[in-house]
Amino acid sequence: MNMRHKFKQLVKYRSIFFLTLPGILLILTFQYVPLVMGLVLPFKDVNYKVGIWRSPSVGLENFKFLFSSDAAWRITRNTVCLNFLFIVTVLICSVICALFLYQVSKRSVKVYQTVLFFPYFISWVVASYVILALLDMENGLLNSILQFFGRDAILWYNEPKYWPVIMVIANLWKNIGYYTIIYYTGLLGISEEYYEASEVDGATKLQQIRYITLPLLKPVIITLLLLQLSKIFYGNFDMFYNLTMNSAALYPTTDVIDTYVYRSLKVMGDLGMSSAAGLYQSLVGFGIVITVNAIIRRVDNENALF
Amino acid sequence: MNGKVRKKLWGFLPHLVLILVSVACLLPLVLVISASFTTDAEIAKYGYSFIPKEFTIEAYEYILKKPAQLINSYGVTILVTLSGTVIGLLITAMLAYGMSRRDYPFARATTLFVYMTLLFSAGLVPWYMMVSNVLSLKDTLLALIVPYLVVPWFVMLMKGYFADIPSSIIEAGKIDGASELRIFFQIVVPMAKPGLATVGLFIMFMYWNDYYLSLMFIQNSKKLSLQFMLYRMMSNIDFLKSALAAQAGMLSGVQIPAKSIRMAMCVLAAGPMLLVFPFFQKYLVKGITIGSVKE
Repeated sequence: MNMRHKFKQLVKYRSIFFLTLPGILLILTFQYVPLVMGLVLPFKDVNYKVGIWRSPSVGLENFKFLFSSDAAWRITRNTVCLNFLFIVTVLICSVICALFLYQVSKRSVKVYQTVLFFPYFISWVVASYVILALLDMENGLLNSILQFFGRDAILWYNEPKYWPVIMVIANLWKNIGYYTIIYYTGLLGISEEYYEASEVDGATKLQQIRYITLPLLKPVIITLLLLQLSKIFYGNFDMFYNLTMNSAALYPTTDVIDTYVYRSLKVMGDLGMSSAAGLYQSLVGFGIVITVNAIIRRVDNENALF
Repeated sequence: MNGKVRKKLWGFLPHLVLILVSVACLLPLVLVISASFTTDAEIAKYGYSFIPKEFTIEAYEYILKKPAQLINSYGVTILVTLSGTVIGLLITAMLAYGMSRRDYPFARATTLFVYMTLLFSAGLVPWYMMVSNVLSLKDTLLALIVPYLVVPWFVMLMKGYFADIPSSIIEAGKIDGASELRIFFQIVVPMAKPGLATVGLFIMFMYWNDYYLSLMFIQNSKKLSLQFMLYRMMSNIDFLKSALAAQAGMLSGVQIPAKSIRMAMCVLAAGPMLLVFPFFQKYLVKGITIGSVKE
């Protein structure tokens, strides 16, 4: 197809093209153009008067600064480790819930599903109210309970060591319903015949799960797992920012790349540093997506992203 | 006999576990609701608890006596959610439709164009500069709508629904001499209603629950969405106190049951939508299962 031919086709199908145009322009504006800007910004000492392109270049200064600080290691470790914990805990718990859900009647399924799904629709802002009621230094429920048993109250918002656990539980609470539904749907796709045949052979429930359900559910699990792994370099800003109330004392265990970039930009106004951290995230994140996709292709070609 | 008991236990075990998980999902919310009906003195003395010792609607009275802030925020959120959902859904559907048309020579290229964005992310800083410096949307309601109008993942989801429409129907429309616009709006859109409902709901929830765009771009207190108002109140209880005091024409420093009011605000701001959501659940579940496990 040469350009002329393409142009002719564009004219012929102009109605469809115009239908897609607003969407294309929006994606161009909010995805592609920022991408190009993001490749340039970290290397510039941005001067708004002359614009980004004409601002003086600073070479790798911003990156040197970023990686010589403790922050780079801290935010990388927190992002990857916490995300990994989230993925594993949600996987285990939601598969178990889905297995139990499969054992009960269709009518009960609806009720449980609604309830488990509920927290998914609560914003992280509202979730931070829940966390406050639980962890408030003076009036939180957990401290009341501790004191009831004669223990000392804990200043939760000052103690970073508890937060990985708190985050894991909060994430589980919010997402368990979503993933349970996905795995439950996967279970529904397994043919009844397998179970009937195994019952004839005298298999117990546990044996059925071990030798029929889990192997047949494996493709769904692996696909979802890899999809989540591909996003492991991106922290959930809403969650980390709101639940911790942006408490500086908690940064050692809860500061992720996304919160760091935000703070550098909006609080400290350090455009160079924040865009450098942002580009670092984009590049590594992109590398991870490519790697994970290559793995998916090997394991299960049909579910590859591209 | 022993075997029968065991079997019964096995039959009940799933319910037991699921009930426990369900309770764990809901209890934390009960804590917030209960606190909104508790006096501040009681919270200060005994802490937050699941059942108030002394039931009071004082906090709600406080808010509803001078509900200006709440009504204003509802207005902002409803306006943003409605316009964002309608416009966003329309643009998403139009884009997805072009991608799904097998006879459209640029369908593949367009799909690739959308799909690529799922693989990389430009990051916050250039995106922020785009909205605030290039487009100058800071402190406007447009800043709360425009950046989320097209979400690539929703476009892909929508495309899946359009792909199910047999191309013979579109062909028939063409033979009858219908224009492309007519085919889209009068044939395709009505047929894709379930898909539009699902994607529309996702878009709606995204706008309704969003505070991120406000956090980034809004400073004007007249343009606080519900979620952002809740965020401000959480991060700064003095903001709540001063807002209430100013509204009530009181001097700040007067005793205001801020702790329970904060929780009551949370219930009033987030509650109604949460009660609505179970009715739409059917569509959402469909969207989730289709979107996650690609066929």
